[in-house]
Amino acid sequence: MKMGKGLKSLAAGALALSMGLGSSMAQAADTIKVGVLHSLSGTMAISETTLKDTVLMMIEEQNKKGGLLGKKLEAVVVDPASNWPLFAEKARELLAVQKVDVVFGCWTSVSRKSVLPVFEELNGLLFYPVQYEGEESSRNVFYTGAAPNQQAIPAVDYLMNDVGVKRWVLAGTDYVYPRTTNKILEAYLKSKGVADKDIMINYTPFGHSDWQGIVSDIKKFGSAGKKTAVVSTINGDANVPFYKELGNQKISAEDIPVVAFSVGEEELSGIDTGPLVGHLAAWNYFQSVDVPVNEAFIKNWKTFIKNPKRVTNDPMEATVIGFNLWAQAVEKAKTTKVDTIIDTLPGLETPNMTGGTAKMLPNHHLTKPVLIGEIRDDGQVDVVWQTEKEVPGDAWTDFLPESKVIEADWVKLKCGNYNTKTKKCSGQNY
Amino acid sequence: MPQTRITPLALMASLLRNCLRRTPSSVRQLILLTGLLIALPAHALAADKPIADTPNVDQTNIEVDAVEDVDPPISFESLLDPLAKASFSEKEKVVDMIVEEKFSGSRKVLAAFLDNALYFDAQTGQVLIISESEGQEDSYFDAISGDALSGYSGDAKKIRTNNGLRKKLRGAIARFDLDDDNAVVRLGAIKQLRDDPDDEIMPLLREQLKDETNEEVIEQLTVTLAIFDLNSDDADVRLSAVQRLDGELGNDVYNRIKILTEEEQDSQVKSAALSVMTRIEGKRSFYAGLETTFFGLSFGSVLVLSAIGLAITFGVMGVINMAHGELMMLGAYTTFVIQQMMPDHIGLSILLSIPAAFLVSGLVGIAIERGIVRFLYGRPLETLLATFGVSLILQQVVRSIFSPLNRSVQTPEMMSGLLRINEIFAITYNRLYILIFTLIVFAGLLLILNRTSLGLKVRAVSQNRQMAKAIGVRTDRVDALTFGLGSGVAGIAGVALSQLTNVGPNLGQSYIIDSFMVVVFGGVGNLWGTLIAGFGLGIFNKILEPYAGAVLAKIFILVFIILFIQRRKQGLFPQKGRAAEDH
Repeated sequence: MKMGKGLKSLAAGALALSMGLGSSMAQAADTIKVGVLHSLSGTMAISETTLKDTVLMMIEEQNKKGGLLGKKLEAVVVDPASNWPLFAEKARELLAVQKVDVVFGCWTSVSRKSVLPVFEELNGLLFYPVQYEGEESSRNVFYTGAAPNQQAIPAVDYLMNDVGVKRWVLAGTDYVYPRTTNKILEAYLKSKGVADKDIMINYTPFGHSDWQGIVSDIKKFGSAGKKTAVVSTINGDANVPFYKELGNQKISAEDIPVVAFSVGEEELSGIDTGPLVGHLAAWNYFQSVDVPVNEAFIKNWKTFIKNPKRVTNDPMEATVIGFNLWAQAVEKAKTTKVDTIIDTLPGLETPNMTGGTAKMLPNHHLTKPVLIGEIRDDGQVDVVWQTEKEVPGDAWTDFLPESKVIEADWVKLKCGNYNTKTKKCSGQNY
Repeated sequence: MPQTRITPLALMASLLRNCLRRTPSSVRQLILLTGLLIALPAHALAADKPIADTPNVDQTNIEVDAVEDVDPPISFESLLDPLAKASFSEKEKVVDMIVEEKFSGSRKVLAAFLDNALYFDAQTGQVLIISESEGQEDSYFDAISGDALSGYSGDAKKIRTNNGLRKKLRGAIARFDLDDDNAVVRLGAIKQLRDDPDDEIMPLLREQLKDETNEEVIEQLTVTLAIFDLNSDDADVRLSAVQRLDGELGNDVYNRIKILTEEEQDSQVKSAALSVMTRIEGKRSFYAGLETTFFGLSFGSVLVLSAIGLAITFGVMGVINMAHGELMMLGAYTTFVIQQMMPDHIGLSILLSIPAAFLVSGLVGIAIERGIVRFLYGRPLETLLATFGVSLILQQVVRSIFSPLNRSVQTPEMMSGLLRINEIFAITYNRLYILIFTLIVFAGLLLILNRTSLGLKVRAVSQNRQMAKAIGVRTDRVDALTFGLGSGVAGIAGVALSQLTNVGPNLGQSYIIDSFMVVVFGGVGNLWGTLIAGFGLGIFNKILEPYAGAVLAKIFILVFIILFIQRRKQGLFPQKGRAAEDH
């Protein structure tokens, strides 16, 4: 790592040194390098810093077990600073300069879209641990978070069937994940007979802080006599003032529940959860799930981070699953060569943290259980509904006519967007 | 434990209400709301128990008159015991049964259930109520007998609730509260039942109306019954119900009347409903306008607050200070630090933060002026670059000390919640306080600039530096103090922002553009211009937002300002006379 390349790399260097990684840099030749591409500053730092620590924890554990293939693992941490073009630069640095064997990284879809061309050009390997909008399957990316059919659609189903919601507010941050998710949800709701006037769609910029008008609009929209719910794809720290405003305007979960796709235990730990009790979150993992494997995971995390108050969340679980699958593939293939690992991964299975099994599918997505929970006053989430078994992730949604016909299969078809009608693989077209 | 507490805000609210008085029925409505308002602070006191909406959920000695000495056919115990393992829908059924049977402890058990204080001990099979209060040890009660269990040491598990169940519980508790001696409790109960009316409850309410003496409660009862009567088969009943609802603003009334205007067969009722609806709609749009104005003012007050320090450093001194946002951030972090030092006095810590943030940011400002800016007077481009560098340094310093993660600053209880003017118009306390705070800061600054010797010197130096120097003003010192003043005000703005948004290293960046926008739009060097520009842009933004969305509204504002500045280069209120020539 070059020091003195401006303050940021200085800080990143200091960070790496303080974690005791500096010493291992000298012996780079006989280690396996693991790239960590998460924002440690900026608007997404609230969420992404935790994932960096999760990867470091997994590396430490793996090294305690003797590493992989007789080599120690070595973390290479970079800070793309919530700056989407910088993600691409840092990805290039990891792959071309640091020559890492695998990268765990990205949170927002816009950052993933930004690094995608880099990973494909330099034939890298990226594990992406966050729920996302789907409509993508790259040969070089493994998506360990939920696809829309593993989060958004089941959550809407729950609200529609179990809560009896008739009117819908789709509120999101203005970028690719909320826009695509809301497009899918809108099509899905309309296919279920919801009228146009019963759907309100609202977008706000990243880091939006003045929510009073929007929350008041939601309140008005929700007081038309039909049960109303908010489906929130608001991302990052804008959630804090959003929920604060909900609390201030006394919108209770009993009247207008808000189901969030990007708010988990980590985000809740930073805010006063009093006014949020009862609002919903849809994920594939909650810390409150009471199974031994989860208990061990939570204990490891708290010991590693040296803070008994820290919480675990869904993207952390997805990171752990991704890491375990990669480690398993490396052991099985006896190499870290990217092409071999990509071919080895589909079909591998590893336990997830909710007592089930995560299986890597040919479309580079996982099988995952869907859990819906209500927020408790202590910032934890109680599961109120869950799918009976794991749901296989669907890269291309069935609810948009243009993507219904597209299929991703890297095992048989060797294609991420195969059109079943024209029988063609359209290549780099996502 | 309903406590009454008169706050300055409650007084203000009553003034406001006086202004809003229009028709006799709304007067009564407003008196009714006075009760609610007095109950509000009490509610705020209990805010750490988030779902305690009825003011006296904790009151334990409620007498339920129905149970006589005869044993009821179903025992309380047999209902409560299976709760722990029941599904949510089974729990709802149990709640229904408890309401039906009216056991002596029912109200208390239901209230505890709603409050998440109902526990089950799997070993002894006992259902417990555990009441937790801060600073004291938990106290344990047997749910069925209500006896205190001292020295309980078992391992009881919470019986969980969900949204549907909590709604059910609120309705159930409201039924018990109908007979309460306290009129405020009865009022809350009727409001609760009004939200979720059913056929069973209406005869009960009619009975209640006969014995009721409290005027507010009677008012609420007749409105609730009138809404119900809109469904009556008798056209005359419907007609009188429609007439009764004239002047009511609530959403439920509006929705029901609206349905009536579309579906009603009887022409007389229909025309009555139509005219009532027109009146209601008129009032609703009036209050909607009022609400938008308030939102605009409140958004504007944030703009003014963040721009007003800049109005001094940029406007009066002509220094383009790109680190202005970071000075706000320092103010916000000062609030965080002070709150960490005194976690038990949140309200006091915010008050203390105001002078502390002023000092911290002011001193940093003076250091920036003495260390960097004073060598660069008259070289705006270099000043811009140098202060931009300072802003990056300050961000990184904070990031290193406090971590890049956002810090959460708690909002004192008096600043959370709503000031309810009527059923469709309410103001959030935090916004109201910040609006008032902005005006106070503005007035204070005006006083300093116009009434103190420092202000005189500042104006003298900014108008004619050479002349001021010639008559013995120490311009160096004045420059440093002016910059310090502007920076200190930025720190104060940071205290207010900590109540609205995330306290993080990037806090300043999100406000710096807005601040410059306001100062330039208002006219450089003019505090009044900043005030009017800030409020004007705030209101303009909030009017646009519902139509254009938050993203487009912001773009429109920026386009508008670009066009405006093309036409009037000096902003809204250009400086006149010789002072203007310097700029």
